[in-house]
Amino acid sequence: MASRRVSSLLSRSLISSSSLFSLRDPLLNRGARRYSNLAASLEDTITPPVKVEHTQLLINGKFVDSASGKTFPTLDPRTGEVIAQVAEGDVEDVNRAVVAARKAFDQGPWPRMTAYERSKILFRFADLIEKHNDEIAALETWDNGKPYEQSANIEVPMLARVFRYYAGWADKIHGMTVPGDGSHHVQTLHEPIGVAGQIIPWNFPLLMLSWKLGPALACGNTVVLKTAEQTPLSALLVGRLLHEAGLPEGVVNIVSGFGPTAGAAIASHMDIDKVAFTGSTDVGKIILELASKSNLKAVTLELGGKSPFIVCEDADVDQAVEMAHFALFFNQGQCCCAGSRTFVHERVYDEFVEKAKARAINRAVGDPFKSGIEQGPQVDSEQFEKILKYIRHGVDSGATLQAGGDRHGSKGYYIQPTVFSDVKDDMLIAKDEIFGPVQTILKFKNLDEVIARANNSRYGLAAGVFTQNLDTANRLMRALRVGSVWINCFDVFDATIPFGGYKMSGIGREKGIYSLNNYLQVKAVVTAIKNPAWL
Amino acid sequence: MAARSRVSSLLSRSFSASSPFLSRSQGRNLNNGSRIVRRFGTSSAAEEVISPSVQVSYTKLLIDGNFVDAASGKTFPTLDPRTGEVIAHVAEGDAEDINRAVKAARKAFDEGPWPKMTAYERSRVMLRFADLVEKHSEELAALESWDNGKTYEQALTAEIPMVARLFRYYAGWADKIHGLTVPADGNYHVQTLHEPIGVAGQIIPWNFPLLMFAWKVGPALACGNTIVLKTAEQTPLTAFYVGKLFLEAGLPPGVLNIVSGFGATAGASLASHMDVDKLAFTGSTDTGKVILGLAANSNLKPVTLELGGKSPFIVFEDADIDKAVELAHFALFFNQGQCCCAGSRTYVHEKVYDEFVEKAKARALKRVVGDPFKKGIEQGPQIDSKQFEKVMKYIRSGVESNATLECGGGQVGDRGYFIQPTVFSNVKDDMLIAQDEIFGPVQSILKFSDVDEVIKRANDTRYGLAAGVFTKSLDTANRVSRALKAGTVWVNCFDVFDAAIPFGGYKMSGNGREKGIYSLNNYLQVKAVVTPLNNPAWI
Repeated sequence: MASRRVSSLLSRSLISSSSLFSLRDPLLNRGARRYSNLAASLEDTITPPVKVEHTQLLINGKFVDSASGKTFPTLDPRTGEVIAQVAEGDVEDVNRAVVAARKAFDQGPWPRMTAYERSKILFRFADLIEKHNDEIAALETWDNGKPYEQSANIEVPMLARVFRYYAGWADKIHGMTVPGDGSHHVQTLHEPIGVAGQIIPWNFPLLMLSWKLGPALACGNTVVLKTAEQTPLSALLVGRLLHEAGLPEGVVNIVSGFGPTAGAAIASHMDIDKVAFTGSTDVGKIILELASKSNLKAVTLELGGKSPFIVCEDADVDQAVEMAHFALFFNQGQCCCAGSRTFVHERVYDEFVEKAKARAINRAVGDPFKSGIEQGPQVDSEQFEKILKYIRHGVDSGATLQAGGDRHGSKGYYIQPTVFSDVKDDMLIAKDEIFGPVQTILKFKNLDEVIARANNSRYGLAAGVFTQNLDTANRLMRALRVGSVWINCFDVFDATIPFGGYKMSGIGREKGIYSLNNYLQVKAVVTAIKNPAWL
Repeated sequence: MAARSRVSSLLSRSFSASSPFLSRSQGRNLNNGSRIVRRFGTSSAAEEVISPSVQVSYTKLLIDGNFVDAASGKTFPTLDPRTGEVIAHVAEGDAEDINRAVKAARKAFDEGPWPKMTAYERSRVMLRFADLVEKHSEELAALESWDNGKTYEQALTAEIPMVARLFRYYAGWADKIHGLTVPADGNYHVQTLHEPIGVAGQIIPWNFPLLMFAWKVGPALACGNTIVLKTAEQTPLTAFYVGKLFLEAGLPPGVLNIVSGFGATAGASLASHMDVDKLAFTGSTDTGKVILGLAANSNLKPVTLELGGKSPFIVFEDADIDKAVELAHFALFFNQGQCCCAGSRTYVHEKVYDEFVEKAKARALKRVVGDPFKKGIEQGPQIDSKQFEKVMKYIRSGVESNATLECGGGQVGDRGYFIQPTVFSNVKDDMLIAQDEIFGPVQSILKFSDVDEVIKRANDTRYGLAAGVFTKSLDTANRVSRALKAGTVWVNCFDVFDAAIPFGGYKMSGNGREKGIYSLNNYLQVKAVVTPLNNPAWI
């Protein structure tokens, strides 16, 4: 359902933007100027239809100030202005949250509740999310900069969908009975791990919250969740809704704050039994090291990517262009699985580049609260500067800048949809995760070559394959060393589909049946039996 | 199947065999302990060291199907724990050898043939290997005993058959690794592929060299991975031997590479290698932390860890005391106490405590210590002088912290690394001997009053590997089974290690599970494949 909405939103966006712009405009300068005229500079910033109600930490069922009393500002990416001052959690706050989570786990009630009771709370929570859909979506867009339509029509509905998925798992977690080699009755218990530390990123704040909280709660764990400092607001709102749905105090604790302080305190805490992190590969390495130096807590990591999107010669070029555009530019290019290496077969390369450029120029950039906008601002000045640096790299390394290449407008963190052609594998823009609206198009000749090149990356998160040929699809699907292969589609994120990385894109899988493993311990119980009727 | 019933029968056999050797009326203090030393000394020192009936044929690294010298040309001695004398000089692998081994494994994986073979063919190779292990079981058992010091009977009748059994178990998995087709939310066909990870680095310990080899190599090969395996420097010999058998069984060159060497050099380069896709380690918690740190600082290879333990063995008041004593004795003293899951905190209910201590002491005094090649011997030497000294240090610590030394406490004989079966009573939770992993023949007996208390105390440790529960009450068994934070709970039994039973730790005893269906996850990547559907007949 959600993925259908993605597709319909996508085509709607395509149509609405087509009517605004001609497809044939070759001059990117003019394109840039036109964007400025359209939205960012001349129009007023739209006031979000929501109030910020919660800015304190959520610990043991109560909103509280940080122990230090400190706060930090969360900014509107459209302007760089302050939305709100938020409590800044640090070590002591993480300690308080862990004490609450520990108590809720060790003394109950959460793991001692029936699975059915736990599932009912999660179902009620999903209903509340739907009830507050527009408010949540507005807060998400305000804090993150993503188009409101995307938040309201895709992400928040997906949030409810993911929690209903996991609510359904709560009473379906089965251990096994196991054949023994002798007179023993063997069974395995799949037990909750305990207190889970979860550190989520800013690009999809609530979806990442749902991927992490959903399985942890379904399996009976309690949680200390740290939000990204760029986007602390929406989690606090849904944290309140979780408690309205009947979640006992201490089961979910939410700490806003920074990685080196609050995040590091979670990863190295001796009373946290498991940590799940989504973010950059560099930080992922630190998290794992902190776990190794503290109590060897189990770690799942969902990290960076440089995912290939491979357009084979038999592909429908118009569809491939649209999908490749979506694969890269969706969410301002701020997706760990963004199709950021567009490999196009040499026979269709020139046509593809021309159309990809036209599509990028056509992309509607502007205030994310405005209807029909496809692309809002990047999340903050750090990301904004980093992306512009990579664009300069691309130009300096001799790639052909087909479209974009600069900031969009004069305030906030908007960047023009940017397309590079003639990109070579050894250029930085073809190796590093840019995490912005910068498409790099590479040429290939045959399958052996593109397989080798696609796999020649430290990352292995996802891949797109565009072909009508069954043999090609089957071959690439096995040969690509990535956790997700989307064939003739991209960014399909149903709750049931596992997501995670090969190589340095991470460890473990989120979503789907596989995600439950992350939050369960396996205990083998072996009992001597007398006179068994069978073995 | 035979393996474990053989363990039990071996156990009971040893028990009765040992009875005539020793009287039950030994004294309680150290002085009397030294009398026992003398008597044990008679059995081990006065007699000739038995010559193992096996030749050491393989002492070089197994890389890409060939036995080769270390790149440096260096070797190190592997010692006989009975005497401390050199058995053989073995090639000492280091970073360059690991590189060569990884290159061979990489090629065997990336270019085939191993993952490109049918699963059925892979299973056939493993089944042929299991047959060869059985065919050579006496040589393998002798080599294992010689290098490790464990009793030959244990190696021959329990461990080597279990190696064959494990490889048949995993051979059976090779063609049963299924992905899933997955319900979608829209017009998509979704499937998951369970793919081999690639090159697996595996680091195994010295306490069960071939069993740990089987736990690691079995699932990795069944899932289509290739391997670089590092053996423990104390026990390099048997892995080379079975490496040769694997080649005989038809395993292609480069699929299994075996490097002998030390942790700080060969082990560290394996853990931090950028072309190794997965790492599995069994050993101490401290080293496990180092391994995980190296993985974090290199290429984020997923790591499974099977680490230390301080496993409780809980005897409730309703238990059959004689059986509980025997099982608790087995849980601790098996394999010279060198088991990560050793039942090293024996919690006994206060109502049966005195009786239990008396009988546990009597049983320990009866334990037959001596040359592991001699028939009827229950306990051989500790693995090496370092472990020997460590165990003796903990015994001193137990005495100094005022635990009651019921028996043992000293060395047996005057050469090699034999230690008297040692029992402490009146042990308190805060004593070092109740907290640290001793990894030797030292039983600590603690007293408890009720279930709530013992659950709390049993869980109050950084470890969570295993637990034993001895009771006739179904409610007690069910309650304690859930409450203990441990990866394995043995109820009225201990050390049951069937291939199908998962094994691994909670807390700082490790990450992941070995054996059973769960072990396959360690060697598989999950790939989701999504394709749009046109006009699907159903969703």
